[in-house]
Amino acid sequence: MKKALLGLLVVSALAGCASTGTKEAATVQDKSGQGAATTTGASQAVVNPLTDPNNILSKRSVYFDFDKSAVKDEYKPMVEAHAKYLNDHSDVKITIQGNTDERGSREYNLALGQRRADAVKKMMNVLGVKDGQIETVSFGEEKPKASGNDEAAWSQNRRADIVYPGE
Amino acid sequence: MFILPLLFAALPAQAALQIDIVGGAANQIPVSIVPFGGEAAMPQQISRIVNADLQRSGMFKMIDPAGIVPAPVEPTDVRFADWQARGADAMAIGKIIAQPNGKLEVHFRLLDVVRQMQLAGVSYVVSPSQLRATAHKIADVIYEKLTGDIGVFSTRIAYVMKLSGRYELQVADADGEGAQTVVASAEPIISPAWAPDGQRLAYVSFERKKPVIFVQNVDTGQRYVLANFKGSNSAPAWSPDGSKLAIALTRDGDTQIYTIGAQGGPATRLMSSSGIDTEPFWSPDGQWIYFTSDRGGSPQIYRLPAGGGAAQRLTFDGAYNVSPQVTPDGSQMVFVHREGGDHVAIMDLASRQVQVLSDTKEDESPSFAPNGKIILYATQLGGRGVLAAVSADGRVKQRLASKAGDVREPAWGPLPKAGGQ
Repeated sequence: MKKALLGLLVVSALAGCASTGTKEAATVQDKSGQGAATTTGASQAVVNPLTDPNNILSKRSVYFDFDKSAVKDEYKPMVEAHAKYLNDHSDVKITIQGNTDERGSREYNLALGQRRADAVKKMMNVLGVKDGQIETVSFGEEKPKASGNDEAAWSQNRRADIVYPGE
Repeated sequence: MFILPLLFAALPAQAALQIDIVGGAANQIPVSIVPFGGEAAMPQQISRIVNADLQRSGMFKMIDPAGIVPAPVEPTDVRFADWQARGADAMAIGKIIAQPNGKLEVHFRLLDVVRQMQLAGVSYVVSPSQLRATAHKIADVIYEKLTGDIGVFSTRIAYVMKLSGRYELQVADADGEGAQTVVASAEPIISPAWAPDGQRLAYVSFERKKPVIFVQNVDTGQRYVLANFKGSNSAPAWSPDGSKLAIALTRDGDTQIYTIGAQGGPATRLMSSSGIDTEPFWSPDGQWIYFTSDRGGSPQIYRLPAGGGAAQRLTFDGAYNVSPQVTPDGSQMVFVHREGGDHVAIMDLASRQVQVLSDTKEDESPSFAPNGKIILYATQLGGRGVLAAVSADGRVKQRLASKAGDVREPAWGPLPKAGGQ
């Protein structure tokens, strides 16, 4: 998982201007389900839906079959939720990062990673998200999440990640 | 500056196999390289470097000159019967003379032991720092005289070294010596491609958080952005005259091939296909652009007339054929063929016959030596990225591993310009 948490506007405001405030909030956020705002002293803090572990928007990764770029049905509700969020927040711009496993040509994998990112983007476009809100990039096989020379690692790396600003 | 020399190290098993195959062919030329007069006092022993170059090519059986005393320096010193008795067909002798101005005179002769005549004689005036380069030139002369092919010992190779999350684009002599870091980054670097001038490299760097193509002079370090369009910019390949490059862009959707001037500027789409088109390679005769495409459902190799026309599919065997490169004479294509693993394979372009060359299984990025006789590629050994080389006939195999880190993305540079350096 990404260690940085995005746009914690509410939480960081509550945490005041102490430079460690955001870090404390981040630590709390990592303890999924324990209540994000308690250590900040506010009982009614609004939880950022993008990072709330109970919210589908906290899920960001679409996984693909070998040499495939079709978005499988199991990821559609998640993609739809992000599309709705982007439609409701038309000023928010995201990046979708495509990745592949390590097998085969680096350049072909770069192209395949791009196609995976584009597949997620196209699905969001169909759901009404504007082109200008989504940038797609590919890392090909160059930035594997899982190291290892087996299907367990490869399946983790055949992936497109939805990334919000500041993440 | 961070310099890691590559070490040539043939695997024991590999070496045993290699001797069987090459010995069976019985066509290695027996040659002896006699220590040059005066070289013992020099920082580099020319005869040792020449010997190592020739041995590594697999084309020669090196005859040990030790024990013939005194070692001949002039042709008149040579008693051919001694060398015939050792089985040498050819021998090299020479001497190094220090000039008062600090320069060195290097004299070298190649002798035919059987016919007892001189095959070549060359003199060089060099600085002491050029002794290694001079040895490679001598090895090139010997290789050319005895095999009839162009020697590639004076060329350079580029590759990417990954070490503790750091990526370095390095350039080394063809024997792996003298490695220098061209550029280092915390983000990946892939796809180095030599310009025909042998001084500039195009490559793809992720330092701007997405793939962008740079061109860099490896000797001066100067560089510029060649292509930074929306989306991915990758797979640079130079035209034979160096005036432009073929590149892969995603600015209009799926990855497609474009051409762009060598200084950058606008990119022109080469063709439109319904799939991924990438890995362009401009044939050295300028006639074709070879590329990988999955327009037919699986990644296969095609070629397009550089002047326009319809693309032809070249590979049909198997579901994964990628990364084409073509010999300088345009007769053969090397590529990666997936069949129980990813192997380096070679296609005769006239007959379309395919031969799998490597017995390694995770091969990538094959690159021809500029004489078309050796293929350098990346593979895995013990969980680490290493470089390997195989002769175009599959008989001679070598490994190049570093002491640490992963080595990948090799690219063999062009022949040095005639009259240069």
